[in-house]
Amino acid sequence: MASSPVTPSSSLFVDKKDVGFSAFCSQAASLPFPAPVSKKRASKKIVSVMAPQQSERKPSTTGAVKTGMTMTEKILARASEKTQLSPGDNVWVNVDVLMTHDVCGPGAIGIFKREFGENAKVWDREKLVIIPDHYIFTTDERANRNVDILRDFCTEQNIKYFYDIKDLGNFRANPDYKGVCHVALAQEGHCRPGEVLLGTDSHTCTAGAFGQFATGIGNTDAGFVLGTGKLLLKVPPTLRFVMDGEMPDYLLAKDLILQIIGEISVAGATYKAMEFVGSTVESLTMDERMTLCNMVIEAGGKNGVVPADSTTYKYLQVWMDVYSLPVPGSGGKTCSQIFEEAGCDTPASPSCGACLGGPRDTYARMNEPQASYPVCVSTTNRNFPGRMGHKEGQIYLASPYTAAASALTGFVTDPREFLQ
Amino acid sequence: MAAAAAFSTPSTFNLSSATQNPNFPSLPALSSSFKLAPSIANSPIHPFKSLKLNRSTRFVSAAASSPSAATSSASAATTFHGLCYVVGDNIDTDQIIPAEYLTLVPSNPDEYEKLGSYALIGLPASYQTRFVEPGETKTKYSIVIGGDNFGCGSSREHAPVALGAAGVAAVVAESYARIFFRNSVATGEVYPLESEGRLCEECTTGDVVTIELRESDCKLINHTSGKEYKLKPIGDAGPVIEAGGIFAYARKAGMIPSRDA
Repeated sequence: MASSPVTPSSSLFVDKKDVGFSAFCSQAASLPFPAPVSKKRASKKIVSVMAPQQSERKPSTTGAVKTGMTMTEKILARASEKTQLSPGDNVWVNVDVLMTHDVCGPGAIGIFKREFGENAKVWDREKLVIIPDHYIFTTDERANRNVDILRDFCTEQNIKYFYDIKDLGNFRANPDYKGVCHVALAQEGHCRPGEVLLGTDSHTCTAGAFGQFATGIGNTDAGFVLGTGKLLLKVPPTLRFVMDGEMPDYLLAKDLILQIIGEISVAGATYKAMEFVGSTVESLTMDERMTLCNMVIEAGGKNGVVPADSTTYKYLQVWMDVYSLPVPGSGGKTCSQIFEEAGCDTPASPSCGACLGGPRDTYARMNEPQASYPVCVSTTNRNFPGRMGHKEGQIYLASPYTAAASALTGFVTDPREFLQ
Repeated sequence: MAAAAAFSTPSTFNLSSATQNPNFPSLPALSSSFKLAPSIANSPIHPFKSLKLNRSTRFVSAAASSPSAATSSASAATTFHGLCYVVGDNIDTDQIIPAEYLTLVPSNPDEYEKLGSYALIGLPASYQTRFVEPGETKTKYSIVIGGDNFGCGSSREHAPVALGAAGVAAVVAESYARIFFRNSVATGEVYPLESEGRLCEECTTGDVVTIELRESDCKLINHTSGKEYKLKPIGDAGPVIEAGGIFAYARKAGMIPSRDA
């Protein structure tokens, strides 16, 4: 980038047209900068000369110098088969994984068939992951019909990854069911560093924890991807959040992201990528990193990203159900037993029910106020009015420690009261 | 308020005659351009099939066939005209279309219409005027004016779809959440415009407004207050909207083959 010439008042700017010595002298009186020296024509002293200005020469024209790209830009460059990208560029990106669920899947499928034909085939039967998780385990007929629509489509298209739910009475009787879509994607190995993952859910940004580009899209965009395996995306600029230092034992990633959103506001990251780096982030588990990225959308962010490292690769290799393992120091009891003995509801079918209300018979939906208005402390990610059902419901978002402490007292409680 | 009276029962349009003969010289200029916008976009004749094709015509023919627009402006103007409904900041997708209605599939014509009847039903009780009257399926407000971060929250395409199905032609907000904006552009359901400044504090629900979009400038005229406001140009999304949505744009760009006739 060319910089404008800075000339101190005592020197004289020489235009490249004025090459001759005598020409300089004769021009002395007409120079734009006030010359503190006298206007004696006899003076032949050159005070300073500047090289003539050249037209702007951007580094990319020579190809020798490249601007460094952020993680998000690099991922999108690879996916759009370009060597260099800048924020603001609109590019056609190859999609590695498309996820959809029971709420948006039927709509996306409808658009796919309308635009590509009733007999059209999806672009790649192995890159689609269909996960019914939102309105399941309900008596709502339309909700169950939507899962049937997904099933019919998967059968017709021979989709490899369909985490079906058929037995509504007992979720454990469903061998294919994997629970909440964002967790299922991670646990089933669909989140891979460097890739592009799109999903018909705003919290698809969760997968950015694996060092990939992941964002939420609507039915129409999804219908487009179903047919082509590509989407037109605008490269977002990056906001980098550097967090260094040791995490205090009473804080979790949830507290970090809630604090960040509080500081930058709910539209503070609109159209931007949120990158989380630093020694603190490196010390976080994959679950914690997913917690950070999960709420990127709550700040308006397009995607969240955490660099992939050894923690990421270890996770991709191993996953087990820790809920049924004995808890150290509890005398051999499992988590399930400890919770139930404390008076919690028996852990039931994993789904998105408690988060977003949905059909009225959904678990944990706030239908009627219990007191003058219902209050809920939740480790979910959204507390818009009416989010969990009742419009007057007060929802406080909190970390798991804060929720546990609050469950013990019945009031919003600082977990430090219980942590030693 | 003769103008208000003309708008009071939008559900009793002569929809079929309007779509068959968009040039309606006998209607007074003001009401014909208002009736045209929602009637073309929500034609009941082939609600599903023609929805896509009509989306681009909804923007262009409103200007071409409306007598008032044809006489007053250059040929490249897109206009919207009608009553406005004013909302505040951070209108999230749960307010635009609460989760319990998401079992409705937007690509299904009957369910598309039903979604429209629930548009903005999630707004708190502080909004005393309902966007869609109980028992109605369409709104009388074809333009929504909002504050910052309109459409924040979920990626549910049901949000712009519900607004479009209810009869909204355009939204004018101070700023948008990106997924909502993207979905509006991709579907062509509502034209997402940005205002310069807080129009939500300048206008009141029920004001009669006209939006004029030209290459040279874009503006909103509030006939009730007599004021005019500048709107921001549509930017990068322009070509996609002009084409009629992401599929039409991709066909134009040669990314996907044209549909068989």
